[in-house]
Amino acid sequence: MDALMLTIIATSIPLLLAATGELITEKSGVLNLGVEGMMLSGAVGALGAVLWLGNPYFGIIAGGLCGVLMASIFSIFTINFMTNQVATGLGLTIFATGLTGLAGAPLVGKTVPSLPKIEIFLLSDIPFVGEILFKQDFIAYLSVAIIIFITYFLKYSKSGIVLRAVGDDHQSAHSVGYPVKKIRWYATCFGGMCAGIGGAYIPLVLTPHWSEGMTAGRGWIALALVVFASWIPWRIIVGALIFGGITIAQLVGQARGWPIPSQILSMMPYLATIVALTMISGRISKSNSVVPASLGKPFFDTQ
Amino acid sequence: MITFVPRDKVSKNWTIIGPILSIFLTVFFGLLIFTFLGYNPLETLYQVFLSPFSRIDRISDIFVKACPLVIVGTGLMLCFRANVWNIGAEGQFIMGTLLAGSFALLFPSVETKFFIFIMIVIGFIGGALWAFIPAILKTKLNVNEILVSLMLVYVAMLFIDFIVRGPLRDPMSFGFPLSKPYPDGAIINKIPFPGIGYLGQLHYGILIILLLIPISWLFVNKTLSGFKINVLGSAPKAAKFAGFKQNTITITVLLLSGGLAGVAGVIEVSANIGQLQPEVSFGYGFTAIIVAFLGRLNPIGILFAGIIIATVKLGADNAQMSMGIPKVVTGLFEGILLFFLLTGETLQKYKIKWSKVT
Repeated sequence: MDALMLTIIATSIPLLLAATGELITEKSGVLNLGVEGMMLSGAVGALGAVLWLGNPYFGIIAGGLCGVLMASIFSIFTINFMTNQVATGLGLTIFATGLTGLAGAPLVGKTVPSLPKIEIFLLSDIPFVGEILFKQDFIAYLSVAIIIFITYFLKYSKSGIVLRAVGDDHQSAHSVGYPVKKIRWYATCFGGMCAGIGGAYIPLVLTPHWSEGMTAGRGWIALALVVFASWIPWRIIVGALIFGGITIAQLVGQARGWPIPSQILSMMPYLATIVALTMISGRISKSNSVVPASLGKPFFDTQ
Repeated sequence: MITFVPRDKVSKNWTIIGPILSIFLTVFFGLLIFTFLGYNPLETLYQVFLSPFSRIDRISDIFVKACPLVIVGTGLMLCFRANVWNIGAEGQFIMGTLLAGSFALLFPSVETKFFIFIMIVIGFIGGALWAFIPAILKTKLNVNEILVSLMLVYVAMLFIDFIVRGPLRDPMSFGFPLSKPYPDGAIINKIPFPGIGYLGQLHYGILIILLLIPISWLFVNKTLSGFKINVLGSAPKAAKFAGFKQNTITITVLLLSGGLAGVAGVIEVSANIGQLQPEVSFGYGFTAIIVAFLGRLNPIGILFAGIIIATVKLGADNAQMSMGIPKVVTGLFEGILLFFLLTGETLQKYKIKWSKVT
């Protein structure tokens, strides 16, 4: 049971991180569909760094930096050059798929040491709970910290309120004097960092070697999670765990030889995403206030 | 500092300059990245962009490769014009192929080539049905079509994998995940040229392009439906005031683009593969997104865009064989190209103004 719970948590962490980052990006009014691409670059960056420097912790830093780099490309085009955000985001994913394929080619067949578990003094001795919650790796703790931080940030901090204002009505925020473009740059780069670290988690913990397109749609599922969570941070944890659970359930099913073809089982996370989006859609269209009102709209600086 | 100033009217010049400049900038930045990663930029330039023109049979293969891209791209053009984001053409391509292919396998002895037309219709239906899922969810329940259509790509990939490894596997395939070969009637032949024989893989299927481009041009430019699609995409409020049924338009463009993706799949597989296998598409559905944009969402542009992108795809195949560069690098060029094309669109509407940093 412990082991099962641990694998579910591990599977959900990349989703959790990427979705949390995207949530901040979207709260600022930017829709970045390049999450899959940013995660892929994070994964390849992390692998490269660990192979080069030997220490898995450098992988976290490299993953985050690669994500920020990708997010910067996205920001230049969408925020400064006012390009269509949907198309640019798609472009970013396509670009990153090619770039990581090229950069990852020399890494094929090499494995990296995985991220060590950190036991938290005394707490890790609590039966069951200690094993699951307090014997995790650094990124797992980090992702919880980020969720707590952004919950506080969005609700109580002045910067968080400004960020939401920019996302809800960029013209008003601009006329009051807030630097809309700068704030969106920061928010997008934060999203890139989270997606990059989420991507780094895949080779650092889940499968310790490179394969082309190894994120396997997790970036897109993360995008769906933001909608599923109706842009409320803690709900991402619930959503990510559900998806982690479904992914693991189908793997367990395959391993135990359930009489369902493995491909049909493998469809479960993708089908579940569609079902989740459909179920939540009614609630979102009823209370439109949860969706950042300027989401996806380019901002033109009039002065 | 660069700032943008709105133009009084959309610049006609930039509609032409934009794509051409984008291609040059893409080649430049692409090669810069290759150099940075330790590849010889000149050899890459030759392999990716020029080697497909080095022999006559290679040139005709460009058209073969462009065929599915242009068909799928034309369908996506309709969606993108209406501001409907179907990014699941890859899945619709697969499901159209699968439905038509399964149908063909029911008639193992059919010989008449008329059969191909039935398969094309069934392929259209298969692709359209797969696109109907995001269409109905979008219009009835306001579910985001981007995510649904994309999730269905993964589902379609797994589904065809299941079918060719399970129910439709040829018992004579020695354990390979392949269906039985298509009957003769389901095969599209290569075009024989008197005195030369065949030119590469050039097949009769590409003739559909000669039909598709004029029809789609007339449809978007000369019909009321085409007009409604344009208005919905460029001025949704005006479309609402004019009383256009937004949901009907959304469903129509999704069904048409899904159907065309299915048709592309039928032609591709009947001409080049001749049986069902786990991978039938090789990313055509995704690449067609770039083709639609590079073609400026207009049919004649898409024809040229399809040829350009097909060249790069074949070039990447050659580069993989001669330089060991992974095939997916085409994505690198496609992504950069899309970035610059979109910037070009901004420059149609805005002038650049250089100002001193204050």
